[in-house]
Amino acid sequence: MLILTCPVCGVTAEETEFHGGGEAHLTRHGPGSSDDDFEDYLFMRENPRGVHFERWRHVYGCGKWFHAARCTTTLEVFGTYPAQTTEPPKDLQKTISKKRPGWTWRDLA
Amino acid sequence: MSEPVTALGGVASDAGIAAIAEAPLQGMITLRGDLSASAVKKAAKAASGVDLPGAGMAHMDGESGLCWMSPDELLVLCPYAEAAERLERLQTALAKTHALAVNVSDARASFTVSGPRAREVMGKLCPVDLAPDRFTPGIFRRTRMAQVPAAFWMDDTERFRIVCFRSQAQYVFDLLTVAAQPGSEVFCY
Amino acid sequence: MSTRLATGGRLLNKGKPLQFTFNGKRLRGFEGDTLASALLANDQVLVGRSFKYHRPRGIVASGAEEPNGLVNLGEDGTFEPNQRVTTTELFEGLSAESQNHWPSLEFDVGAINTKLSRFLPAGFYYKMFIHPRPLWKHVYEPFIRQSAGLGRAPKVPDADTYEHFHFFCDVMVIGGGVAGLQAAKAAAVTGAKVLLVEQTAQWGGRAPVDGGTVDGKPVDNFVDEMIADLEAMPNVTLRKRLMGAGVYDHGYVLGYEQLRDHAPESSGPRHRLWRVRAGHVVTAAGAIERPLSFAGNDIPGVMLASAMRDYVVNYGVSAGDRTVVVTNNDDAYLTAFALENAGLRVPVILDARVLATDSPAMAEAKALGIRVMMGHGIAKVQGGKRVTGVGICSQAGEGAVLEEVACDAVAMSGGWSPVVHLWSHCGGKLVWDEAQAHFRPDVDKAPTGAAGEAFVSPAGAAAGDLRLAAVLGSADQAGKAAAEAVGFKHTRAKAPVGETPEEAPMMPVWLMPQGAGAALRSKAWLDYQNDVKVSDVQLAAQEGFESVEHAKRYTTLGMATDQGKLSNINGLATLAGALGSNIPDVGTTTFRPPYTPISMGAIAGEARGAVFQPIRRTPMHDWHDANGAEWEPVGQWRRPYAYVREGESTHDAVMRETKNARENLGLLDASTLGKLIVKGPDAGRFLDMLYTNMMSTLKPGKCRYGLMCSENGFLIDDGVVARIDADTFLCHTTTGGAERIHQHMEEWLQTEWWDWKVWVANVTEQYAQVAVVGPNARKALEKLGGMDVSKEALGFMEWADGELAGFKVRVYRISFSGELSYEIAVDAGQGQAFWDALMVVGHDLGVMPYGTEALHILRAEKGFIMIGDETDGTVIPQDLGLDWAISKKKDDYLGKRAQARTHMTDPERWKLVGLETLSGAVLPDGAYAVGEGVNANGQRTVIGRVTSSYHSPNLGKGIAMGLVLHGPDRMGEVLEFPGTEGATFKARIVDPVFYDKHGEKANV
Repeated sequence: MLILTCPVCGVTAEETEFHGGGEAHLTRHGPGSSDDDFEDYLFMRENPRGVHFERWRHVYGCGKWFHAARCTTTLEVFGTYPAQTTEPPKDLQKTISKKRPGWTWRDLA
Repeated sequence: MSEPVTALGGVASDAGIAAIAEAPLQGMITLRGDLSASAVKKAAKAASGVDLPGAGMAHMDGESGLCWMSPDELLVLCPYAEAAERLERLQTALAKTHALAVNVSDARASFTVSGPRAREVMGKLCPVDLAPDRFTPGIFRRTRMAQVPAAFWMDDTERFRIVCFRSQAQYVFDLLTVAAQPGSEVFCY
Repeated sequence: MSTRLATGGRLLNKGKPLQFTFNGKRLRGFEGDTLASALLANDQVLVGRSFKYHRPRGIVASGAEEPNGLVNLGEDGTFEPNQRVTTTELFEGLSAESQNHWPSLEFDVGAINTKLSRFLPAGFYYKMFIHPRPLWKHVYEPFIRQSAGLGRAPKVPDADTYEHFHFFCDVMVIGGGVAGLQAAKAAAVTGAKVLLVEQTAQWGGRAPVDGGTVDGKPVDNFVDEMIADLEAMPNVTLRKRLMGAGVYDHGYVLGYEQLRDHAPESSGPRHRLWRVRAGHVVTAAGAIERPLSFAGNDIPGVMLASAMRDYVVNYGVSAGDRTVVVTNNDDAYLTAFALENAGLRVPVILDARVLATDSPAMAEAKALGIRVMMGHGIAKVQGGKRVTGVGICSQAGEGAVLEEVACDAVAMSGGWSPVVHLWSHCGGKLVWDEAQAHFRPDVDKAPTGAAGEAFVSPAGAAAGDLRLAAVLGSADQAGKAAAEAVGFKHTRAKAPVGETPEEAPMMPVWLMPQGAGAALRSKAWLDYQNDVKVSDVQLAAQEGFESVEHAKRYTTLGMATDQGKLSNINGLATLAGALGSNIPDVGTTTFRPPYTPISMGAIAGEARGAVFQPIRRTPMHDWHDANGAEWEPVGQWRRPYAYVREGESTHDAVMRETKNARENLGLLDASTLGKLIVKGPDAGRFLDMLYTNMMSTLKPGKCRYGLMCSENGFLIDDGVVARIDADTFLCHTTTGGAERIHQHMEEWLQTEWWDWKVWVANVTEQYAQVAVVGPNARKALEKLGGMDVSKEALGFMEWADGELAGFKVRVYRISFSGELSYEIAVDAGQGQAFWDALMVVGHDLGVMPYGTEALHILRAEKGFIMIGDETDGTVIPQDLGLDWAISKKKDDYLGKRAQARTHMTDPERWKLVGLETLSGAVLPDGAYAVGEGVNANGQRTVIGRVTSSYHSPNLGKGIAMGLVLHGPDRMGEVLEFPGTEGATFKARIVDPVFYDKHGEKANV
């Protein structure tokens, strides 16, 4: 069972206080979008072995959504950050690249 | 109009390792707004009589106080009978500010758990470090109490104040009674 | 025979005799005994029957690794099967029964299986019971169920209580032997908060039995001093009878505390599950001795050498008068010495090793006059329900018996395996230690925590350091490293120095004798609990089950309650031998928590009875309860289904309530409906995105029914929105939808439109809400007195704040019944009083409360949909004929894009219609309409299904709604709905609005 630090209220708590919300940094496609874009947005999800960005909500705490960068194999949490962003903070990207040489943002292959 | 009642009519139990009691009616106002905005700070202070608490903290002065719920939410505490008037003052003060204030006094139930073993009783139900050097009066914690959300703080080193949803009051009281059952001391604090 | 010795028994309080029963026999023991030691003291060597062959089995071990001594413990509410006799502390009045035999332990009919054992090899069930197929259900399965399994399921509810406890520490040390004590001390002196747990009732582990000195003092004294030191430190929590059950991600450890198993007369919970978060975990769980694989090694009286000396030293119990010791190492000699010290005879020590010179232990044995035979082992143990002797053979040979020695017990030692379970639970890797022939933690591949750091350190025997000196050194290091890992500075304090006599190296022995033929191998047990023999594992390998995980499942090696604590390494070695590969290449099976079985009660914790789950109650809950309510769970809420009067059936009550609401006056407790306040300059724009309708155009003082869809286009909720002022809306959600929709709103506001100025607050529980329904509704409110509720002052789909009978209220003119209806919100703390006031004024107006079933019928008569009945997560508003509630003017709303997908616009989608049976009967809810032909699976083609179905007392017939292929275009057609047990219903497609088609009744 994970422990996560909510970047909004600063509380570090066990997983039961949070609720997972799937992949982070999706781009919403609404009316007028192509079938492919909409399919990507609605259904297609990354499932990397390694670094992953996820949405979490501090559901029993401050109620806020935030993002977590986590390793899906070791469960290491590289960092958490507020959800009001379209990509991970640069310093977090750097931290991850240092810990997982060769990793870069949006290079999920 | 009749006298308002609490969810459980002031039920209490001191048969176990800590004393559990439903607290009397407590005025509560949810205030949503940007807590860094000076208008919000001023209005909250005026409505409660206490300074704005920092993240994860509560400032109390008798029946009044402010609890930090999130960066854009405060729980304003006041005497039950004054909730409507204080709400109105808040709303007036914030008329020109993007903020929301609503009376939630009746939406909640409050309990106290007190005694030297109160920390242990709470520790059975909440995934929170309640060691005396870690959880001190002044800290305000929103968390899970077994299967329901709850928030609590300590008004002295041996007394918790718990706020939960009114509809779950019976569950919370029953939980506390089970957790405080005789012979269940943990003896670890 | 096994018996209590006149002297010895360091753990016993001989001043306190205890009585207990075993299979109804009254026996005596002492305080400090385990059930195992007390049984042995009463010459009860035979304690159970094996799982498959029903072979007689005796106690083998003295701790958690015991595979045979499993009993049914207690009676009625305290009954529990599969309790290990070796870890059950004796108490006055304990009652135990042996398991897995019929009619009795001494005479078990199932033992015929042992005669048939050559016909019951590994994989027997898979091979045998396949043909002929019909026999499986009626013959094989009942037979196997009857004869297989351990223990008995309890028949009555558990009378005890259980609880969880959350605890946080810097360092958790698991195991209270000398390693755990030293590690805890080393960590604690740095100032770290330490939790030290020990599964048994004693500190010190094996050391006090095995002896040695620490800093020149006897090891017992060292243990006592350490405990005194640790108890004096405020930053240390010490707990006995608390097992580290499992190590999980990010320093999460489950601890299983047995509070009253040894003292059932005391009050409080029986078990407590500790949910520990530790910064660092030290596993100091010791090591487990391995059996040797020789023929007859399962006959009662054959024991682990260490267990035998535990019984002598700790409990003053001898397993036999004449004990043959068989070993591949020096450690087992300690047992011979302990037995001789107690005045018992060791006729011979059979040592499989051939050493150039005698080891110190051998020399000491010889000096004591004990015969030592190097290079020898046991060909075969003689005896049935009890050891009577052994046949000695050369270890190098094939098992020719050179000599027979009479004895009544055998002490065996095949070397020691570290307890690596806790290390392995969370991904710690193992390395094969050639010299000691065991797997030990690979400290370079430790489990990693939240920051990627190693968070478990092994200490002492659990790390593979078996000798006292090494134990203390490694434990000291582990304790210091643990404290340092969580940010404490350790001192340079030196570790205490342990001393024990020199030992010669052990020699791996996986089969005794090494060339044992088939007959011996098929009586050489690897796994006692599951009846797996050397020959079974060899057969599995031969049949292609080469992976260790496959071999385990094919043979059942290492399964069940002991999870192979004794059999694991011997089994792997046997498999490796059969495959001609190395043991580390074969690897181990996965170690999964818990270390030993823990009670279901401890896992459930407090969650049973009244607090099994949270039940949400409205402010009028108690009134409903006192007035005949039968409850319907709606989410976690309980709502009255109907108020059943004396002498009335539930159905009668529902009919009465439904009619009365249309004819007189009905009251519904609608407090459970969600109420969300949405406020801000962007609130209208936000609600336009959330609802399919246009909400921004709603005028203050007005109400509008709205639909909410997910981004997939499917309906997720509905309800009436009231505009409070220019900036503020109040959104009603379904019962149970409040939290979900509140979160839905917050999610979009926080993660997509975070620049929009909108605040949301959930005020559901601030209000008690009462629907006052029926032709007399207005009269009732007028009798309460106060605000103007006339049609002119408060029209249909309007709301107003005001006072009624002195209560401050908000009144909504909305109707889910089709009748004249007011939904009135009052502060929850006055909900009951307001309800009472309505009952009083309603007395002369024919008032009756009504429940959820009447609510359903009333809305179905009107053709109103219900989320969860007409919708199931695959239904879009267009399916339900709700196109009128979908704004065509909006560029976007959640679900709009999805509703443009080809599957959503497919004209073949089933659509909502009303259904009316030709006979007036009620269609079965959920029934399917069948069409012509069959589908690809040969099933009848389905063309629709019933979504809601009721008997309408107002119309005097069955009415239903359903989704039907091309339904709205087929008005008047009759469809066929097969029911259960051959029944078929015919129903005509009609308009779903059955009652008051033009909505005149609500708008008066």
